Parts: sequence; C-alpha cells; structure tokens
Amino acid sequence: MNIVFVSVFILGLWGALSALVLYFTSKKFNFPTNPLIAEVEAVLPAVNCGGCGQASCHGFAVACVKSNSLHNMVCTVGGKSIMEDVASILGKTANPVIPTVAVVRCGGSCELRPHINQFGGASSCAVVHNLYGGETGCSWGCIGLGDCVEPCKFDAIKINPETLLPEISDNKCTSCNACVTACPKGIIELRNLGEPAHKIYVNCVAKDSGVADSCAVACNGCEKCVEVCEDKAINMIGQLVYIDSTFCTLCGKCVSVCPTNAIVEKK
Amino acid sequence: MKRFKMGGVHPKENKLSAGKQIVEATLPKQVVIPLVQSLGAPGQSVVAVGDVVKVGQLIVKAGGFVSANIHSSVSGKISAIGTTIDASGYNVPAVFIEVEGDEWLKTIDRTNDLKRECNLSSEEIIKTITDAGIVGMGGATFPTHVKLSPPPGKKADVLIINAVECEPYLTCDHQLMLEKPLEILVGVTILMKAAKVTKAYIGIENNKKDAIELLKQTARSFTGIEIVPLRVQYPQGGEKQLIDAVIGRQIPSGALPVEVGAVVQNVATAFAVYEAIQKHKPLIDRVITITGKSIKSHGNYRVRLGTPMNSVVEQVGGIPEDTGKIISGGPMMGKALKTLEVPVVKGTSGILFIPTFAATRKNMQNCIRCAKCVVDCPMGLEPFLLMSQGERSMWTEMEKDRVMDCIECGICSYTCPSNRPLLDYIRLGKTTVGKIIRNRQAKK
Repeated sequence: MNIVFVSVFILGLWGALSALVLYFTSKKFNFPTNPLIAEVEAVLPAVNCGGCGQASCHGFAVACVKSNSLHNMVCTVGGKSIMEDVASILGKTANPVIPTVAVVRCGGSCELRPHINQFGGASSCAVVHNLYGGETGCSWGCIGLGDCVEPCKFDAIKINPETLLPEISDNKCTSCNACVTACPKGIIELRNLGEPAHKIYVNCVAKDSGVADSCAVACNGCEKCVEVCEDKAINMIGQLVYIDSTFCTLCGKCVSVCPTNAIVEKK
Repeated sequence: MKRFKMGGVHPKENKLSAGKQIVEATLPKQVVIPLVQSLGAPGQSVVAVGDVVKVGQLIVKAGGFVSANIHSSVSGKISAIGTTIDASGYNVPAVFIEVEGDEWLKTIDRTNDLKRECNLSSEEIIKTITDAGIVGMGGATFPTHVKLSPPPGKKADVLIINAVECEPYLTCDHQLMLEKPLEILVGVTILMKAAKVTKAYIGIENNKKDAIELLKQTARSFTGIEIVPLRVQYPQGGEKQLIDAVIGRQIPSGALPVEVGAVVQNVATAFAVYEAIQKHKPLIDRVITITGKSIKSHGNYRVRLGTPMNSVVEQVGGIPEDTGKIISGGPMMGKALKTLEVPVVKGTSGILFIPTFAATRKNMQNCIRCAKCVVDCPMGLEPFLLMSQGERSMWTEMEKDRVMDCIECGICSYTCPSNRPLLDYIRLGKTTVGKIIRNRQAKK
C-alpha cells in the first residue's frame, strides 16, 4: 500500500508545483485583450473571406475595436445588419452599407465569339493571359478556364459549360472581391446591387474596336448609345462606352439602340 | 569538343532547309510595322498618315536608351496608323504602309561590293548602330548598342559571336554564313572595335561542318577571330550557355555577361552591323527560314520587315493541309501563332508548320519525381518545384528558388514524361515575380 501513497504524494506535489509556476507566469506575462474583440468576432460571419481588406474575421474585429469610427469598415458578407450589430457592441455609428455584387462584363459565348485556336497547356486563365491572346479572336474577353471559380468561398460563381462564361448568382455573391483579383483580364467588377450600375451596363471590356470582327457582342464604339441617351449618362472612354450610374435613369434606350447587344439590361 | 556543362538535351535536328539558297521574297502589297520590335521602351512614330516614305527612312524613333529605331522597309504611302496583332496574339500599335515601287534612300549603297576598311571610332560605330536600329537577331531582340556600351566600371575583354543556331529546323544563320562569310567577318571586326576588344570567338555547332570550314578559311585573313566548333546540345545558343561553352566562364545569378568580360552578339546581327556601317543600310530586312515536314518548298528567304506572314507563306505554296500549329521561330522557343496576319519583325527567325498529330499536347499526368527536368535544366533550377509553386501562387518562394534565372528554353516541358506544362507556370512566375521586383525597386 505504501507505494500508492508515495506515488500520490509525488504526483500531487508535482502538480501543485506546476500549478504555482503556471499561476505566476500567467500573471507575469499577462497580455490584456479587449473583451470587445471576442464579442465582435462572435457576431461576424467567420468565413475569413478577406472582402473587408483584413486577412481574417478576427483581424477585422481587432480593426473595428481599434479604430475611432466605423468609417470605411464594411463586412461585405454580413452587410447592413451585421455592421449595425458591431456598431451597437462598440457604441459607434455604422457606415451606411451599399450592397454590391460582382458582375462579369463579357458576353462572348462560344457561338457569338468563336474559338479560332486551341490551347492544350495548363488549365489556368493566368497562364493563358501571360502566354498569348487566348483561344478566340478577342484578347480582352473571358478566357473561360475558371480562375474566378476556385477562390469563391460562397459557391456563387460557376462556368456555364454551354457558353464557357462565368455566371454569378446574385443572392450568393457577397462581393468579397476574390474573383475580381483572380481574373487576369480584369473583367469582373463590383457594382451596386439593384441600382442602375447593376441593371444596365456595358457587357464588354474591349478597348479596341477591331474586336468587333471576332465577337458579335463586342462594343464597336459606334457611339449610337451616347447620342440616344437623354440623361448624358454615357461617355466614351477610349473606344469603349461607359455608363455612369449616377445619371442613368434606366430608360433602356441605349439597350435597344445598341447594334451588337453589348449593353445589357438585367430584369 | 567543347559544350556547356550543365543540363541540355539533343532534340532531332530536322534541318530540312539546310543548304537552300537565300531567296529574295517578293514585295507584299502592304507592310505592317509594329512600333515595338525590341526589348525595352516602345518607340514613337515620327510619320503621319499620307506621308510618302522611301526604303530606309526612319519611321519610329526609339523611346529611350533601351529601345531601337525602326525604319521603313518599303517605299510607299503611310495608309494608316492603327493596331495589328503580334506573335503573342495581342494587339500592338503599328504603322501601315501601302507599297509603291521600290525606291531606296540615295545614301544606301545597294551594290554587293565588299568594303573591308572601317575608319570610324568606337563611339561613332555605336552611334551608327543606334541610328540603324539594330537589335539582337537571335530572337531576344535586345538592342545591340546597349550591349556594346557596358555599364561604368565594367569592361569586356572578349567578343563571342553566336552562330550556334541550336533550335531544330532553323537554318537561316547557317545559310547566311555560307553565303556572306566575308561580310560577317568584317561585321565581327567592326563589333570588336566598337566593344574595344581584341579577341573574338565564333561559336558554331558541329552539325554545320561546311560553315565551320568556310569561316575557318576566311578568318585567316582577319586578326583576332577564332572559330570554335561546339558539340551539338540545345540550348547552346543561350547567352550564358555559349559563354560557358566557348570560354568556360560562368555568369553569376542575375548578372549580365559583361560581368565576366564577355559580349555576345548573334551572327545575323554581325551581318546587319556590316550593312549598317559599310553600306549605310538600316535594319530593314532579315533572313527567315520557312520550313515544316509537309511544306512544299521550304527554304531561306530574305524578307522585308513588316511583311505579313501570309504573303511570305503564299510564295512557298500556302499552308499545308495537315497543319496543326504554325510557330514563329523554332520549335523549342518559338511562339504558336493565332493567325498568319502577323508581320515579320526584327526577332522573327522562321515560320514553322507542325502537322496536327505532332502539335497536340498529350494529357497531363501527375509528377512522378523522376527529376528529368532537374537533370536537363541548363540553369540548374528545379522546374517541378517551380511549377507547383506557380500553381499555388507562391511568388516569394519562387523568387528564392531563382525563377528569374530561367531562360525559357522549354527543355523541362519537352523532357517531362508526364507531359506537365512546366514552362507555362514558370513563365507565369517570371512575369509575376518580375512585377514584384520592379515594384520593390520603384519604392526604394
């Protein structure tokens, strides 16, 4: 029986000593954290998408607590309701959040923009963009190998196998910007959801009118839409038209006048 | 026999057009002259639509020190200044000239007489080369005058002429050496004077025995020029590999050849220098090889720069029916073309037609860690590692693993038994890491 008491005594002593050491080290090296950070973090969606500009939701919580106001601090995934929760925890006022959504600005499907060559190499848009002008006659438009699909954490973007163009589901998209940075051609853009910018836009990024030969839905820079627009919302930037959503009244005249259907209207 | 030491492969040579006389290509109806034809800053067009130009007239002025002038290769009227598609399939700004007759500038000496004497000083030679818009004609199109003016504190002691032509199929340099040996050697003497060196080596691969013999005989009447036969090994024509093969000096990572006292010039560049200095003819044409197993009359053609490739291809009997891929340049480093509307530029060394069965890439499989790419890499890199880093966007690691040392010779993709597109990702890494390095330097 003696061995039992000796063992219990030694282990108990060891445990007590360790507890003492731990107690004093934790006192000595105590790093005070703001309890608000944990509270804010609990409200955030915890997807670590990076849409706010921080590396993680924890980083965003720290940034929110540290900064004096919530100016320019937006959780794109949570939107208005989450930012209001964060504001109420911190006693600050939330920024008015304008919901945005990613929009693919290329309409060159397989039929409208036929492939003129085949690329047999690595299946990556970045590689193709770096190597040559792409499989179609247009060197500006979508390559269709899906570099934008992979980084999307919300399953909001898919390549349509018929058109080989990415399609974004508006309800799933949280406008985290991941696809925008992934696209080597710079086709995807964040636009204000539900506003003219989202409903009527130029579905082409080709800054070269020569593209009209190789793509049926390319903007050919004819300026018909500029003439017909009564709100003066359409400008030419180089050879490409651009619709300024602050002036656009969604009259839809430009959509009907466009000879190549490069301006699209979403219902 | 000498060769470079690290890596390399020996692909089937297929020099089908060897020994074919250089034929003057007929003038096209229209030439398209891109404003960017060399490495460095893009040039500025100095002509307007409607201007009438003569052969040899300056039409694009260099946009900086590392940039080259471009001259009109035909006489006629400037019909438009717009954009054209280049070998990479992107649109680039270009000048379009409608050809009318063939009227040359009076200053250009069009006779075939050999002029050996050159009394110009080194500075005057470099100035004339700058004005003539001469660039490295091996394909990299680095402006020649930049190579001849070493950075302060550095001095070259040897000139190496690159007559290796290690790419399979291409024979344009070989044929030029056979037809113009004296002119080339005079060009080499001029380059030696410009670079202020007394010794020049001409490196030629051993599969061009007739050219070696001919140049050896001709070089007896020149001082300081030595012909070095080299054992056939791709990519011996790479600058670093050639220096290693000929004089056995290794260039440190990221350094220029002048660091080890060498200046390397292509043999076609030496000929262009001869024409510019002795005949006052700017760089307006070049010899290209048109070849491929199923093409009717492959051969070497002297083509005016800016000639659309389809106009040249018509002269050899059009595109063969079984063509799967058309390559500008050689099969290892050349670029596959999207269209034949691409104009011939200063760096175009050939047009190669590959039949469909040979052009299709096989399905990619997993890396089996056989290390063939590592063994054969002439720069001592680990391509399999760089590729997987490229796939995962690990740019910092790629920079540490010396991705910028890659010379894009294509051996890794060629030799991979799993058909992995190694070079595709390494190229992507080079572009991205290059941008990161430039941004870092700009911040400093």
